[in-house]
Amino acid sequence: MPASPVIPEAVSNVACPFCGLVCDDLEVSTAAGRVTVQANGCALALAAFERGNSDGGTGPRIDGVPASLADAAATAARLLLGSRLPVIGGLATDVEGARAAGRLADRLGGVLDHMNSATFLRNTMVLQDSGWIATTLSEVRNRADLLIVAGGDVVSRFPRFFERCIANGDTLFGEGRTCDVIFLGPGVPAGSTIPGIVPTVIPCDVTQLAAAFGLLRALLAGRPVQAESAAGMPLATWRSLVERMKVARYGVMAWAAGDFPFPHAELTVQSLCELVKELNLEGRFSGLPLGGSDGDITADAVHLWQTGFGSRTSFGQGIPENDAYHHSTARLLARGEADVLVWISSLNEARTPPPTSIPTIVLGCTGMAFEREPAVFIPVGTPGLDHAGHLFRTDRVVALPLQQLRPSTLPSVADVLAAIHAALEES
Amino acid sequence: MLLKLKGGRVYDPANGVDGEIRDLYVRDGQIASTPAPDERIDREYDLGGRVVMAGAIDMHTHIGGGKMNIARAMLPEDHRADPVARTAITRASCGHAAPGTFATGYRYAEMGYTACFEPAILPVNARQAHLEMGDTPMVDKGGYVMLGSDDFLLRLMAAGEDQKLINDYVAWTLQATHCIGIKVVNPGGISAFKFNQRTMQLDEAHPFYGVTPRDILRVLSRAVHELGVPHPLHVHSSNLGVPGNVDTTLGTIRASEGLPIHLTHIQFHSYGTEGDRKFSSAAARVAEAVNSTPNASCDVGQVLFGQTVTASADSMSQQRNSGFANPPKYVVMDIECDAGCGVVPFKYRDRNFVNALQWAVGLEIFLLVNDPWRVFLTTDHPNGAPFTTYPHLIRLLMDRTFRNERLGLIHPDAQALTTVGSIDREYSLYEIAILTRAAPAKLLGLADLGHLAPGARADITVYRNDPDRERMFSAPEYVFKDGDVVVRDGKVVKVTWGRYHRVQPEYDHGIERRLKDHFDRYQTMRADHMRITPDEMHAFGHGADVVTHPCRR
Ligand SMILES: [Zn+2]
Repeated sequence: MPASPVIPEAVSNVACPFCGLVCDDLEVSTAAGRVTVQANGCALALAAFERGNSDGGTGPRIDGVPASLADAAATAARLLLGSRLPVIGGLATDVEGARAAGRLADRLGGVLDHMNSATFLRNTMVLQDSGWIATTLSEVRNRADLLIVAGGDVVSRFPRFFERCIANGDTLFGEGRTCDVIFLGPGVPAGSTIPGIVPTVIPCDVTQLAAAFGLLRALLAGRPVQAESAAGMPLATWRSLVERMKVARYGVMAWAAGDFPFPHAELTVQSLCELVKELNLEGRFSGLPLGGSDGDITADAVHLWQTGFGSRTSFGQGIPENDAYHHSTARLLARGEADVLVWISSLNEARTPPPTSIPTIVLGCTGMAFEREPAVFIPVGTPGLDHAGHLFRTDRVVALPLQQLRPSTLPSVADVLAAIHAALEES
Repeated sequence: MLLKLKGGRVYDPANGVDGEIRDLYVRDGQIASTPAPDERIDREYDLGGRVVMAGAIDMHTHIGGGKMNIARAMLPEDHRADPVARTAITRASCGHAAPGTFATGYRYAEMGYTACFEPAILPVNARQAHLEMGDTPMVDKGGYVMLGSDDFLLRLMAAGEDQKLINDYVAWTLQATHCIGIKVVNPGGISAFKFNQRTMQLDEAHPFYGVTPRDILRVLSRAVHELGVPHPLHVHSSNLGVPGNVDTTLGTIRASEGLPIHLTHIQFHSYGTEGDRKFSSAAARVAEAVNSTPNASCDVGQVLFGQTVTASADSMSQQRNSGFANPPKYVVMDIECDAGCGVVPFKYRDRNFVNALQWAVGLEIFLLVNDPWRVFLTTDHPNGAPFTTYPHLIRLLMDRTFRNERLGLIHPDAQALTTVGSIDREYSLYEIAILTRAAPAKLLGLADLGHLAPGARADITVYRNDPDRERMFSAPEYVFKDGDVVVRDGKVVKVTWGRYHRVQPEYDHGIERRLKDHFDRYQTMRADHMRITPDEMHAFGHGADVVTHPCRR
């Protein structure tokens, strides 16, 4: 159970856990236990903090019947003890929850797999195969004079990105910065704008971006080029783009792996990263992988440092065995290889467990609605709202402290997993 | 609880004990003086014929933090080749070049190490570094926090601010990040790389701020000294790995202007340009400079052959080395107007001339630096080799016949260019105990570690006295941590979490207003969030005690 600290009615420098930017400058009022963002909140944050005010009231359930936390943990432990291969999935939690999940997977010989793995692995595969040159948010804020956004619009996933990293007036190196912004792909949705930014849109076919990056690499290297177009845009467009990239003092190519929802998207990411590497032979250019929402970078970081492997790691043989294909939750459920699912989802009540007929133990937001009532449901607090915690930012560098903002009786994911662990040891 | 460790051959250089047969007593986790004759001994260990030393201390090993986690992410094939299975008391993990934190702790303890210091903590990444070290069982931990390419310091220097203000900033950084020392890596060079500069000479002006690496070394070594931080400024010099970098290294030793200075992985900074290949050993010149400069110390960063991964904050050098990546993949990062990093997998081969000579350069340094209190046994894990190679390295130092056999296997042109074969020196057990116990504790200001006098922590390693020193140092018979047997016959039998070591020098809190303004204007996190709280440290470390060591002023 979380302690009950005295929470002031106005809290500043609040870190927001609801996207991978983890902005830590929110101003929040907490009067009468109602959390309201007063300043520096984006639409995502406003909605998510507001959602927190309407939930509550639900307690643990076993087969839909209200139960104590101790009984729910004991029932979960019993299910897990009888399991041959439990999957500990979801993993939308803070550092503390990810640590506890790692300990439980080790104890049970289970599988760890984050809900965003399919997306996240597009980047991981590139790190494992060829690597990248990357930068972080404050470097972009101060140095970037060219930002290219590949595939998506950034703002729908990371609403304050441009405000915080591009549209700032002053930098360490002077006043009144300028940064050209180019979208490769659809750009921002029709009718919406980004304050302070007039982007250039190259409306190419995102599914063909790998070919476009290949063409840019050839042009950069001065190799002869046969193609007259790539990704639906004429050669001249790419030729002028590569010239712009070459003269950037500090160019940045941003992407969100979620904006590449097509087969073998890792090859698109890889060709992007190789292009960036080659731009560094002469000048400076950096990739900026954008992710970290739903705690995906957090869970990955914790499990990496503990065991050498991130998502889709099985401890079934007593050693960590990572396999992006075999150890996916979807596959293990579809093939009937998993026999108990633990679903951890403490940041967004809409991220419910995948449909399955095997017994499911859910550690979820209180307002979570289910198509099929899980065997055990234990409502948990949201880190950064109901209890303190830590979350890694998109850049894999900064881990920010989250604080409790309202009185809460909801346990954290770490608390519940510790209770289940204790129940396991007792039986 | 009173333990008696009876009749071991004790090597305790901090107290001048050189292989004397002695009894040791342990009470409440500490070494105790000889008890009264009527006191009950709860447990007696007969250590006849055994070698007894304090627990070993690795004063420079990359065990936690962002760049190591990037290395882990990049090396699934390395992890798969060395899985670590769970046991009833230990967790599943992975070993070799970029091991998981659990395996790191277990394997250090299984080699008789009881304390490890992470030497490159970026202030913005300190929380992650402490989380990772918190998940590293068995050993005591501490870290050196990096300054010198961060825009805040460079701006203070460019504005000609007073040393006093810089001292406040250095002290604030140590307090905020709970570290025990200050590290500087390629002074100013990591920042210059962000301006597309590819090399940085000791007296070259930074492309934007105009300050030179020498200026940075001077103000930081002065700050460390004036704050009374026991550990001297920990310096990774400019021009890492570059043929001819010996001149930079000698200049760096002089740049501290007589103040204490520690040069890390000095092997990588001891190269000349002689010979057909324009690459030669300059170890003799470097060793001579260390010998004649009492305020200087160094750790070696020995290269040993095999697969590893290089992970450094020196993004400029790592970008330069990325073409040598093996397997061919690398990561280079600019980080938060604070620093950078580069991770490049590497395979050192004995039949490669350059690698073979690097191996020889390291050994020459070890053998030519006269004072064992000022040269430290490191491979710069994992940069020269993984830490698990230490027993092999110890044998190379202690056994001239073995060393010369190995020398006969390396690239013949490297053999011809090194003096290793002509040096007779063999390290004694007493000297090994200095390099790995007494001297690191002294250099870091750890009064109760690295020795065996009453009042010291009862971190004790007991070896069988095996003439094969590699086998001897690979698997101690007992390791005591805070008085408990935690390793028996080279295997963990009890899991503990060690302690944290830090300093907390005082400063004028006026600096915090400037930092707040700087962070609010330029950074993407709040200055307040740089500060790690005591509660966080407690939780990160599984409740491990945090020990604050005094500063001398
Ligand atoms: Zn190092």
